[in-house]
Amino acid sequence: MPESVAAVPFIVLAALAVGGAAMVILSRNVVHAAFWLLEVMMAVAGLFMLLSAGFLALVQMMVYAGAVSVLVLFTVMLTLRRREDAERPLDLSWSAGLIALGVFVAVGAAVVSFVPPAVMAPVRTPGVTEFGTQLFTQRALPFEIASVVLLIALVGAVWWAGGEDR
Amino acid sequence: MSALGILGRFAAMLVLLLVNGVVLIYMLRKVLGRLHLRIGPNRVGPFGLLQTTNDVIKLLTKEDLRPDSADAWLFNIAPYLIFVPSFMAYIPLVFGPTLAVTNLDTGLLLAFALTSLVPLGVLMAGWSSNSKWSLIGGMRAAGLQIAYEVPLLLSALGPVMMAGSLDPARIVAAQSGVWLGFIPRWFVIPQILAFVVYAIASQAETQQTPFDMSEAESELITGFANEYGGMRFGFMYLAEFSNTFIVSAIGTMLFFGGWQLPWVATPAWLAPFVFIAKTYTGIFVMMWARGSLPRFRVDQMLSFCWKVLIPVSLAWVVVWACVQRLWPVVAMAVSR
Repeated sequence: MPESVAAVPFIVLAALAVGGAAMVILSRNVVHAAFWLLEVMMAVAGLFMLLSAGFLALVQMMVYAGAVSVLVLFTVMLTLRRREDAERPLDLSWSAGLIALGVFVAVGAAVVSFVPPAVMAPVRTPGVTEFGTQLFTQRALPFEIASVVLLIALVGAVWWAGGEDR
Repeated sequence: MSALGILGRFAAMLVLLLVNGVVLIYMLRKVLGRLHLRIGPNRVGPFGLLQTTNDVIKLLTKEDLRPDSADAWLFNIAPYLIFVPSFMAYIPLVFGPTLAVTNLDTGLLLAFALTSLVPLGVLMAGWSSNSKWSLIGGMRAAGLQIAYEVPLLLSALGPVMMAGSLDPARIVAAQSGVWLGFIPRWFVIPQILAFVVYAIASQAETQQTPFDMSEAESELITGFANEYGGMRFGFMYLAEFSNTFIVSAIGTMLFFGGWQLPWVATPAWLAPFVFIAKTYTGIFVMMWARGSLPRFRVDQMLSFCWKVLIPVSLAWVVVWACVQRLWPVVAMAVSR
């Protein structure tokens, strides 16, 4: 495995990811924002691919781009009563500005103080078989906990949507 | 792989996609014609063969129209968002022992990941057209596709467990030889339940009758593609036929031994023809269902998927995992 990833594809994909993320926030139309979110997810899948993590790239594509984006779009489209409602007004109030500034400072501080952990790059890229073996032997407990958490969320959502006769 | 090699492979994929599109349009018309006791196209060229060629010329030369109130950007991008994943899905197909675009040990996952992107293009087209029919068609299509993806994936798990790999080449290779001396080792025999689920789910994924309520012609005209004309419509149309080919090809690889002939060893030069013949047989069966069954309602389809298909395929995964785990133990006990 190379020490560094190829520069040009990385710059292109990173620019697509960051630029798309900015557009999610900047576009006034919520449907456009949702499609920009899709673009960000595809760019992140590309970044995984660049790191030779093919399996993660595919999962990112299938779960985030293929399923989460569709759900976001569905929710947005189903909750819009009229087409014109997709355009959101710009909120220029002081409270909104303060919250945004607070989040910016917190995230900025976290990014500045972040020290990347010193991890040795593996000699060979592990394939999907090694990944699966690891996941279901050494990391079986966290994996099961994650699936139980998702199951609880699922049951909760069904209960929530159940209506009167629940 | 050299840049020229990559380009050559992409060109081959594109040629296959285009030829498949032209052949399938003709085949669809003829097969549906026969099933409906009609003749189908028979005027342009011998047996009406040139009809599709003329249709292609018509689509290519038509004026490119966009409704005034449509969302210009999204409207223009949507056909490509539908077309590109469908084009890329040729990458994991295995046409012969040495004939494939590339070797990926996650090839099957790539195919399913790419098909999971189709609903996004459909939603984009439906919403950006700014027409009620398009939006309803788009929402129906996306709702169905996201639902039927789950049983489609789960039904593929049986063959994957039997082969112990996500690599299509190895799944096909695991199906060589015979059981008990005369039954071909095709996974469809032990996995018949998974295959039925796969067949139903793939028919829904490709939005063919009886599951075509997304473009129910009598109520929604052509659904999400309503406002499109010319080659933009052509791209969506091509993608639809290409998706039909891909689900049939994946079904062939998972359940019917891919490029292998039963009982005899397959020479390398014959393999792609065997694969294509099996795939087109699958497409013919899909068209047969298309020509004989009436359309379901959208709520029937959704509840059938969530309440029948998904539980059945989940249960089958559990049952098969137990069978496969316990089989060696039982076999050892019996032989002792």
